[in-house]
Amino acid sequence: MISKDEILHVAELANLKLKNDEVDNFVSQLGKIVDMESNLASVNTDGVEPTYNMGDTSTTFREDKGIRTQTREQMFENVPESEDNLIKVPTIVDKEDDE
Amino acid sequence: MNYLNETIDSLHKKLADKEITSKELTDQTLNDMKAKEKDISAFITVNDDAVKDAEKVDQAGIKGPLSGIPIAIKDNIVSNGIKTTAASKILYNFMPVYSATVLEKLEAAGAINIGKTNMDEFAMGSSTETSFFGDTHNPWDFDKVPGGSSGGSAAAVASGEVVAALGTDTGGSIRQPAAFNGIFGIKPTYGRVSRWGVIAFASSLDQVGVMSKRVEDSATVLSTISGHDEHDSTSSEKEVPDYRANLNKDMTGVRIAVPKEFWHEGTNPEIIKQVNVAIDKYKEMGATVDEVSLPALKHAVEVYYVLASSEASSNLQRYDGVRYGFRAKDVKNIKDLFVNSRSEGFGDEIKRRIMLGTFALSAGAYDAYFKKAAQVRTLFIEEMGKVLEDHDLIMGPSTTTTAFKIGDKIDDPLAMYMNDILTIPANLAGLPAASVPAGLADGMPVGLQIIAKPFNEQAIFNAAYALQEENKFYEQIPTALKGED
Repeated sequence: MISKDEILHVAELANLKLKNDEVDNFVSQLGKIVDMESNLASVNTDGVEPTYNMGDTSTTFREDKGIRTQTREQMFENVPESEDNLIKVPTIVDKEDDE
Repeated sequence: MNYLNETIDSLHKKLADKEITSKELTDQTLNDMKAKEKDISAFITVNDDAVKDAEKVDQAGIKGPLSGIPIAIKDNIVSNGIKTTAASKILYNFMPVYSATVLEKLEAAGAINIGKTNMDEFAMGSSTETSFFGDTHNPWDFDKVPGGSSGGSAAAVASGEVVAALGTDTGGSIRQPAAFNGIFGIKPTYGRVSRWGVIAFASSLDQVGVMSKRVEDSATVLSTISGHDEHDSTSSEKEVPDYRANLNKDMTGVRIAVPKEFWHEGTNPEIIKQVNVAIDKYKEMGATVDEVSLPALKHAVEVYYVLASSEASSNLQRYDGVRYGFRAKDVKNIKDLFVNSRSEGFGDEIKRRIMLGTFALSAGAYDAYFKKAAQVRTLFIEEMGKVLEDHDLIMGPSTTTTAFKIGDKIDDPLAMYMNDILTIPANLAGLPAASVPAGLADGMPVGLQIIAKPFNEQAIFNAAYALQEENKFYEQIPTALKGED
């Protein structure tokens, strides 16, 4: 089970805005998924190390020298809005107090 | 060019003997694609410069086995100057300024990137139905899904639009669609292939692999794309074998384990029948078969969806409408820009996974879900490792059902997640695994799954090749395509 308040809190953490019907949907769907996930509690994992990463964990080294990657122009090719070689975004500090 | 009866070898011979140029081959490929795409819709973007790329290969001269041959690339593998969307609205206009290492390696070998294939959005799904760009259709039955997430790559190969395609596999996204389309598909060992330039879903599980009708063609392509890459520190420095040259179908003395849990009660009995026939063939060929048990398997889906979704929720934080991709309009401030771009740009399944992952990582849930799942993953790795101490291969069905109808499961996320139960184990343990055609159940293809020890892809290729040479499944033409001609 997962409550409506929990769904709204998680959406806030995830930078997602849910419409009302989406919230109800998530309460039911995510509730079922979280219930399934709760079966994990039945596994005895006392003293078991968690596995967070995979692969040959030995670190590989490369020579410490500069390599050319993308240019500034290339990196700007996908920027939706820019001005004077800077990425343009809306107001960062909210002006609501002044209004 | 219709590739249904072609192999990389047969194409290479025509190119090397100058019976055909790469330009002509590429032209014919594009023409054949045009005709078939009306029914299949395997591609999101066709490479408009493919013919020019082929001309360059012709000028330089046909060299290695892939030289001059068109290959399809899943659309979560970035391609310099060719739109790459991961089938998401949030990347609908994304134009990469570099190519993934796997693509650079293919192009260095002279292969032609013919286009970018459809997939589930950000590779999250098992049916290609979560794509922002519409459904792909199974060439065995146009009303059915091609599986997913590499559904476009699988359908492009099975319909003969291309001889081979790259896919990615995080929880079964190569093997399940390979099984659904009656083709071979291999996910190599975690670390065998560079992930540089592959749009991240779950970084401890993602791996690039190959799909083709013939086992030997995937062997050629996998050798080409494997190896260490200084851009991906998880890519292994182990030497890359020539899988194609080392192919050996002798199964004498090969020790096969069949986990009884893979004979899942919910699996279609017709699938079980076909898989048992295949396993009996291995016995006839001289292999030994033992039943084993993997008790942690019943928690595989639970472990996978917590870990994969948690990693995804972190990986997908980068999509915020600032530097690339979809940007929401009419926003007041930067927070609105982030939130609205994400909320309008991501599809339902992506939001569901981000929500689940964010929940599993949040204060109060972390220990019970994320850490717990990571611990059960360790148990899982130990169990599989133990079985592989005394066995060369683990075998079982690739899927519990054959391809299902488009629309049948899309509204039931849990039923969709259960599709992955048999393919998830290899990802959780980082093991190489493949699906090879075993036969038909109710007219739809069935896949046999083969899992091997880390970095022993050769054992998989050998076993798959042995079965292929027995059942010659590649001779079968997908049912829905027959109606076309």
